[in-house]
Amino acid sequence: MSKTVLTVDDSRTMRQMLRAALVDAGFNVLQADDGVAGLEVLEAETPDVIITDINMPRLDGFGFIEGVRREPRHRAVPILVLTTESDAAKKAKARSAGATGWIVKPFDPEKLVTAIRRVTA
Amino acid sequence: MASDAIADIKATFFQECEEQLAELEAGLLALEGGDADLETINAIFRAVHSIKGGAGAFHLDDLVRFAHAYETSLDNLRAGRISATPAGTRVMLRAADMLADLVRAARDGGAADIARGEAIIEELVALGGGPEDPGLDEGDGMDGLDFMPVQVSFDSDSLDGGEATAGDPSAPRYVIQFKPKPGLYAKANEAGLLLRELARLGEASVRCDVSEVPLLPDLDPEGAYLSWTIVLRGDVDEAAIREVFEFVADDCDLDIRREDEAPPAPAAAQSGDPDILSLLKKLEAEVQNQRGEAVERTPGQPSPVGLQTIDRQPAAEKSTKAEAGKTTAGAAAASGQTTIRVDIDRVDRLVDLIGELVINQAMLAQRVAEAGLGRGSAVATGLDELERLTREIQDSVMAIRAQPVKPVFQRMSRIVREVAEITGKSVHLVTDGESTEVDKTVIERLADPLTHMIRNAIDHGIEEPAKRIAAGKPGEGVVRLSALHRSGRIVIEVADDGAGINRARVREIAARKGLVSADAVLSDDEIDNLIFAPGFSTAETVSNISGRGVGMDVVKRSIQALGGRISISSRPGAGSTFTMSLPLTLAVLDGMVVSVAGQTLVLPLTAIVETLQPSETDLHAFGTSGQVILVRKALTPLIDVGLRLGFRTSPADSLSCVVILVESEGGGRSALLVDAIQDQRQIVVKSLEGNYGHVPGIAAATILGDGRVALILDVDTLVAARQANALEQSQAA
Amino acid sequence: MSQTQSTEAEPRKVVAFRIGNQEFCVDIMSVREIRTWTPATPLPRSPDFVRGVINLRGFVLPIIDLAARFGFPPAEPTAQNVIIVTQIGQRTVGLLVDAVSDILTVTDDLVQPTPDIASDRAAAFVRGVFVIEGRMISFVALEGVVPSAEREAA
Repeated sequence: MSKTVLTVDDSRTMRQMLRAALVDAGFNVLQADDGVAGLEVLEAETPDVIITDINMPRLDGFGFIEGVRREPRHRAVPILVLTTESDAAKKAKARSAGATGWIVKPFDPEKLVTAIRRVTA
Repeated sequence: MASDAIADIKATFFQECEEQLAELEAGLLALEGGDADLETINAIFRAVHSIKGGAGAFHLDDLVRFAHAYETSLDNLRAGRISATPAGTRVMLRAADMLADLVRAARDGGAADIARGEAIIEELVALGGGPEDPGLDEGDGMDGLDFMPVQVSFDSDSLDGGEATAGDPSAPRYVIQFKPKPGLYAKANEAGLLLRELARLGEASVRCDVSEVPLLPDLDPEGAYLSWTIVLRGDVDEAAIREVFEFVADDCDLDIRREDEAPPAPAAAQSGDPDILSLLKKLEAEVQNQRGEAVERTPGQPSPVGLQTIDRQPAAEKSTKAEAGKTTAGAAAASGQTTIRVDIDRVDRLVDLIGELVINQAMLAQRVAEAGLGRGSAVATGLDELERLTREIQDSVMAIRAQPVKPVFQRMSRIVREVAEITGKSVHLVTDGESTEVDKTVIERLADPLTHMIRNAIDHGIEEPAKRIAAGKPGEGVVRLSALHRSGRIVIEVADDGAGINRARVREIAARKGLVSADAVLSDDEIDNLIFAPGFSTAETVSNISGRGVGMDVVKRSIQALGGRISISSRPGAGSTFTMSLPLTLAVLDGMVVSVAGQTLVLPLTAIVETLQPSETDLHAFGTSGQVILVRKALTPLIDVGLRLGFRTSPADSLSCVVILVESEGGGRSALLVDAIQDQRQIVVKSLEGNYGHVPGIAAATILGDGRVALILDVDTLVAARQANALEQSQAA
Repeated sequence: MSQTQSTEAEPRKVVAFRIGNQEFCVDIMSVREIRTWTPATPLPRSPDFVRGVINLRGFVLPIIDLAARFGFPPAEPTAQNVIIVTQIGQRTVGLLVDAVSDILTVTDDLVQPTPDIASDRAAAFVRGVFVIEGRMISFVALEGVVPSAEREAA
């Protein structure tokens, strides 16, 4: 059975790229365009892994991760943060907010799948 | 990934870039205007950040480099390390223009001015706040391995990297000691998964140390009590092993040693521990077990016993959720989107169909009238209702194509900056009514004339700062660009607070160029409108701003081509205002339906000044076949439309005809002679060019209520073709 | 018919029509529909063979009078005339003819070169002729029938 991934990113380009790579790798894909929308999706859905951007309107990635972790049902869902190579501080901040790992942008599909595999059964 | 998928994503990227550039500029302008809050600054930052992110994926290196420097500066602004001074904001705006150039160069394959980009980067750095690249070398040690930029390759090769090296006896041996801390589990990492990943790197044997697991009463459900020792033989370097633990580096004690470096390997590792597979099975069983338990537990309560607290959904429930989640529909609905993207072709198809509906409805109405059914009959009443609905549908569909003028207005702010910089004038652009909507095609074709008018306003209208101050005005000039809806049309104004039209000079130039006679009596208004005359240009030397040989006549022609009108009003010392009135759509127009030599023709209402019944005393023969008519004391050439179009061979009897006074390109007036006026109504414009070609004197066609095609006259070419046509006629005769 | 020949010509269907007492045909693949004549709106200053435009379900369809195009004596069309709506490249054009006579299956190897009658204007628009059931039918080269956009613009 294929796993379901929720991607949260305000960039349409990035969403389309994530979708293409994830569908190719056999995942089901749910998408939301910011943190608030992501939390709304999680009210109804239970993805196996969440991939989120940091810089987003309304609710950024940190706030989103904290929101996910506050919800007991999603406390153990692995969350991967999309980050750029220069964001060491952001990684640390994401980690303290409860992120499981991260994916460095620009990413390739292989990198993406490896990161997901490292955090999902 | 398929290459067309990549092309699709790239198209999305450039589309999104345009949106982000607009957002960026809007934000910066708000910043400049002093009404930017933190969210505006965040949005500015996100726009550049997003462009950089996408650009990286497509190896648009120049774009990435510039966006990175820009982003750094914006981050400083966001963090309050620098403040938004007017000078700083101007640099930011120029950087936005540069970013736009780079995006377009990347999209269209052109080259952007890299040197200018470098200069702007220097200016950005000079704004202070931090190093150009604060993050590039700011690794936190443990993460260092991952900080290499990753090359994008969309070839999907095998994901099972390490298998080939498994069991190679010459491969190095590593002893890895791994002791998770509670934080590891709290972030949803799982030790078992990491061990599985490790096993991909080579041949691994694992030993689990359970010695620290406390007795049940002391067990903290969220604690971490297990540790592992793994012996890995594989042709990998330590970096690859550390990478497996990348996400948990801060949440575990990790010790990795090459066996040849560290002879005293832990005893546990050498004893015949169960191999990795059986351990994995065990771990998996545990996980499954916990999932089973989760069914009975109230979600959220910690697992009563267990090595980790894993609170997952039952497998069955997950699978149905996954099915439901196969499309984004759910997610999209949940995210509360209020707009959808539709291919413009689909909208245009809809517009075509509505056009047909309008025609059919008109035909039906005519049939009903022919059948002699009275206005009070049920059929006629139903038809009225249908007509009302048809109009409503038509308006709604046209509204889909309608878009706010905002993007065009935003482009103008860049033009203002550039021209102000070149001319050394200080100019501020004020926009109003940006959300006013008009048909997409109108918007697209508005950019050029607007650009020209704005350039003109700054180049010719706004004075040098010193001159302004001497005249008691503020040193900074203002160009005001506004849009509003008025009686079914959009009215756009370009106003400046400059010197106004120098009428003496305009007159002198017009006379010198033979546009008017030197002693002609002209009103102020007539003088002002001379600037629209073809070939008129007030610039002493051809400036590279207002363009070479392109004058306001071209602007007027483009506006008229859109079915619009333009006029100017000017007050010496106070400035000039150009006012344009345009139709909201090009798909329908208001027309006057006329008969000419048994044919039905349509004249666009925008071209018509007035209609009149000619009297014998007003008509005068001119030359061998020409005729002029005296309209308000002005001798106006009279054009026999039937003759001009070849619908008849001998002139019509002018006195039994109707004269329609039209204004054509360059403001010249002509009188068109038609047999009769039938009606005035809105018509649906149909192109002739697709299936046939351009017909001189004819702009397009439409379909009337009787189902026949009627031609729409192109007043400009009809009038301009005077000489050419006369020649043609004499040849044909 | 053509069993003795070794060509592998694909059989194709053509729509045959009459102009005066002669028969012509066009490939059925380029025919969109056939409809009866309705009066056209004349286009100013157009060549004599352009009858004007008609309303084809909301689209403006130019009508080419093939008889005039081929140099036959002019005649006013009546309700008996038909319009063959054809797709010529990117354009949709109606061809005014006297009547549609047949739909035939032919193979390319049946088509012979146009007889060399240089004086005949029609020859310029015919890409070949074939004889079937004792009738000679000329294959119309549609591309040449419509005035090109360039010429039209000039």
